[in-house]
Amino acid sequence: MNASMNYLDGNAAAGELSTIFVADITSAEGQCANCGGKKPFAEAHLYMQCPGLVARCALCGHVLLRFANVQGRVFLDLRGMTYLSVDAAPQ
Amino acid sequence: MTWRAAKAVAVHDETATARTLALAICDWPGHVAGQHVDVRLTAPDGYSAVRSYSIASAPSSDGRIEITVERLPNGEVSPYLTQEVVVGDELELRGPIGGWFVWRSVQTEPIQLVAGGSGIVPLMAMIRSRRSAGSSAPFRLLYSVREPETVFYRDELQALSNQGDSVVISYVYTRVTPKDWPRPAGRIDAPLIGTGTWPSTLRPTSYVCGTTSFVEHATDLLIAAGHDRERIRTERFGATGERK
Repeated sequence: MNASMNYLDGNAAAGELSTIFVADITSAEGQCANCGGKKPFAEAHLYMQCPGLVARCALCGHVLLRFANVQGRVFLDLRGMTYLSVDAAPQ
Repeated sequence: MTWRAAKAVAVHDETATARTLALAICDWPGHVAGQHVDVRLTAPDGYSAVRSYSIASAPSSDGRIEITVERLPNGEVSPYLTQEVVVGDELELRGPIGGWFVWRSVQTEPIQLVAGGSGIVPLMAMIRSRRSAGSSAPFRLLYSVREPETVFYRDELQALSNQGDSVVISYVYTRVTPKDWPRPAGRIDAPLIGTGTWPSTLRPTSYVCGTTSFVEHATDLLIAAGHDRERIRTERFGATGERK
C-alpha cells in the first residue's frame, strides 16, 4: 500500500465519535468549508496514524475534523465543515 | 455509547488465519447488517487497545453476534482474538456502530456486493440478513481473494449459490487460482466488472468493502462501467485501524 492510500474512512471513526455524538455520524452529511462539497461523513478519508483522528474531504483533501482523546479529555475541532446535518430520529 | 461486557460462546476457524467468534452481549440492542463493533482489550497494567470489527451474523434478538477476525502480522488485538480467546472468555464491546454502510430488508432494489479479502464480513451479514428476512432482493457478490484457501464462509456460500432464488456469486483470485480456473490470477478489471456484476442499467445499490486500495480500484471500475457514484457505498479497512 503506498502512502497516498494510507487512510480509512469515516466509518472507522464512528465508535470514537460516539463519545460525543448521540446520532449516527456515518450517515451525517457534512459540507467542506474549503470546496463546498457535501458528502456523508462515512466517505471522508480518515487518518489514524496520528495521536488522534483526522478526517479529510474525499473531494479536495481539506481537513474536516480533528479528534483526540487525551488523558480523559476529548478534543474536537470541526472548523473544516460549514455544517453537519444529522438524522433527528433516534437510532 | 457505552462499553458492554461480552462473552465468547463459540469459536471456529474460517481459514488458517481467520477465526469467527460468537459473542453473547449484555443488553445488546440488536444490529443492522453492515454495522460494526469496537472491541477493547485491557492489559493488567491498564494499557488498552480498541479495534473495529464488522458483524458477520444476521440481525437477531438473542443478544448474540458473530465477528470474523483476520490475524494481522504484528497486530495488537487480532492475534489474541484469533489464537488466544476460548469459550467463556470476556471482552468489552461497543456498538452497534454505523448507519451508512448498511443493508435493510426493506430495500428491494438489486444489490451488488464487492468484497476484497476479509471485506466479505459485513457483506456476509447482508447476505444472511436477506435470507433471514425472507427478502427476494436480487443480490450479486463479486468476491476477490488471494487464493482459494482464503475464502471465508466457503460452504455456506457454496450452498447459497446452488439455490435458485439466491445470491449470484463470482470469485476472483489475485495470486493463486483453483485448478482449471478459466481466468489467470489477477485483480479485478473492467471485463470482470462486465461479467460479474449487475449492469448499471438496473441501477443497483453497491456495497464495496476491502482495503483502501481495493475499494478505490473497485469503485473506479464501477463508475467507469456506468454506475452512479451516489449509489455506491464503501467501507475501507487496513492495518492502521486493524479493521475486521
